[in-house]
Amino acid sequence: MALSTAPTPTTDDTPAGLHDGGDRRRRWRLPFSPYHLLLLPLAVVFVMPLLQMVLASFKTDAEIRQVPPTFFPAHPTVDGYVRLFHESDVLRWLANSVVVATCAILAHLVLCSMAGYGFSRLRFAGRGVSFVLLVGTIMIPTQLLMIPTYIMFTKLGVVNTLPAVILPWLTSAFGVFLMRQFFLSLPRELEEAARLDGCSQFGVFWRVVLPLAKPALATLAIFTLLGSWNDLIWPLIAINDDRWYTIQLGLANFQGQRRTEWSLLMSGNVVATMPMVVFFLVAQRQFVATMTFSGMKG
Amino acid sequence: MGGARRAATGWLFVGPSTLVILGLSLFPAGWAFYLSQLKWNGFSEARAVGFQNYTRMTDDPELGSAALHTLFFTVLYVPTSVLLGLGIALALNRRIRFIGLYRTAVFVPFVASAAATGILSNYLFDPQFGFVNSVIRRLGLPPQRFLEDPNQAMTVIALMSLWASLGFTVVVYLAALQDIPRDLVEAAMIDGANRRQVFWHVVLPQLTPVTVFTTIWQLIGALQLFDLVYTTTRGGPVESTKTIVYYLWEQAFKQLNFGYGSAVAYVLFAATMVITLAMILYSRFAKVQAF
Repeated sequence: MALSTAPTPTTDDTPAGLHDGGDRRRRWRLPFSPYHLLLLPLAVVFVMPLLQMVLASFKTDAEIRQVPPTFFPAHPTVDGYVRLFHESDVLRWLANSVVVATCAILAHLVLCSMAGYGFSRLRFAGRGVSFVLLVGTIMIPTQLLMIPTYIMFTKLGVVNTLPAVILPWLTSAFGVFLMRQFFLSLPRELEEAARLDGCSQFGVFWRVVLPLAKPALATLAIFTLLGSWNDLIWPLIAINDDRWYTIQLGLANFQGQRRTEWSLLMSGNVVATMPMVVFFLVAQRQFVATMTFSGMKG
Repeated sequence: MGGARRAATGWLFVGPSTLVILGLSLFPAGWAFYLSQLKWNGFSEARAVGFQNYTRMTDDPELGSAALHTLFFTVLYVPTSVLLGLGIALALNRRIRFIGLYRTAVFVPFVASAAATGILSNYLFDPQFGFVNSVIRRLGLPPQRFLEDPNQAMTVIALMSLWASLGFTVVVYLAALQDIPRDLVEAAMIDGANRRQVFWHVVLPQLTPVTVFTTIWQLIGALQLFDLVYTTTRGGPVESTKTIVYYLWEQAFKQLNFGYGSAVAYVLFAATMVITLAMILYSRFAKVQAF
């Protein structure tokens, strides 16, 4: 993985003092790299909002309204969480989001890898045209699709049901493209050997190619997880019934009803955000690889 | 294997994805164009109005101000996110103690949703008990109204967008920095270049493709700003944060102007394409070779 490799010498802490009056520098040298003086405040700025969110979720509303505010909760309480679970359907929204994300990831992994394999390895009539059409749709923004998709889903009777949120996440041109690029980078010899041994085309794909594709599948899964878990605008349009809210839509609308009940809202925020944060901390390498990959797409 | 058999196998693999993507992307995109020629609220009889929805846009002051707000956000957000992304990546690109922790700290807000970021913004920037005003008071400065002030709301939204998205530009720059061949830098050093010269004449040119990419990527994101507005100001105060997509959403799903909404969506799409292509062509012309 790229981030663990050695940094380039340009920005390394090499003793550049050789050129510009090294003596004075050496005498005043800090016991640690001076970059800590820059990076530590920076890290604090980035973490502080999340820290404030977590701390507020353990305060009472009265304590949050105190001026000047406390930093740590004076009397830590889980009251916000208790009320959140009693006064909102947050568990149901979470379950909906888990269902959406699970379906999205599974469908993405199966459909994108199959299509990616087909487009990279198999030769058949219509391949070129359908691939060009597919890749062309990468440029189409969601905003253009919202209105016709809403009308279409209304006619199909899926609006206001969970499938309305899941359907657009079944597969994606970006995912197909990602998997195709990955398969193109694999050597063909293994597959040819398996074919000669009498393995079917699907058997080759399932038993030989997919096990090799784990890094690409991990990237695709994380990409889909982040997108489907965090999406707001499409559930907002497709779902009116609060039984089918996703966690993001549920919280956004709950905020509208409980404007200033901060301990409640921050508890909800923690519940919605922490699964992704924990995932990130556990699988940081894969997350970073995913972010880097979408950056390298261009 | 015969042609028919090969085609059957091939389509077995690519068919499902192709069908879903054509059905849920290409087809609706075409339909949106048809809708943009209608006056229709989804219930009554649709009326074909030709390009009237498009001409109406030129005379819609609300859309004009939404475009201005979006432009203002873009100007605040895009250059800052690219420059800060590069700066932070340069700072993080070294082997010192705790570097892993520093990187994690910068990346982690990226996984927070726009909804959570929005609700959190309301809390942090609350004029009375918000954390930001408490810091400002402690510094002896006058507290601000932030999201309740028409002159500040968009800036606050841009700040929180930066907080949530800088991890992305930093990661991309960091990976690019680590891909720069060592020999290149060493050769320049041997030729007597100092660190500043190496940065300006060796490192920076190597990063240009990434800069073009992140600029385009952030630009597209900025032009589509919606979620954070919906979860903080809902377009207010006095419409100062109403963006193009927020206006489009209101037109389509509050006023049920499906035709006009589709026309606005098409113009936004076209504008995005033109800007993206212009940037790609410019980078080609300037021999940057980003694409």
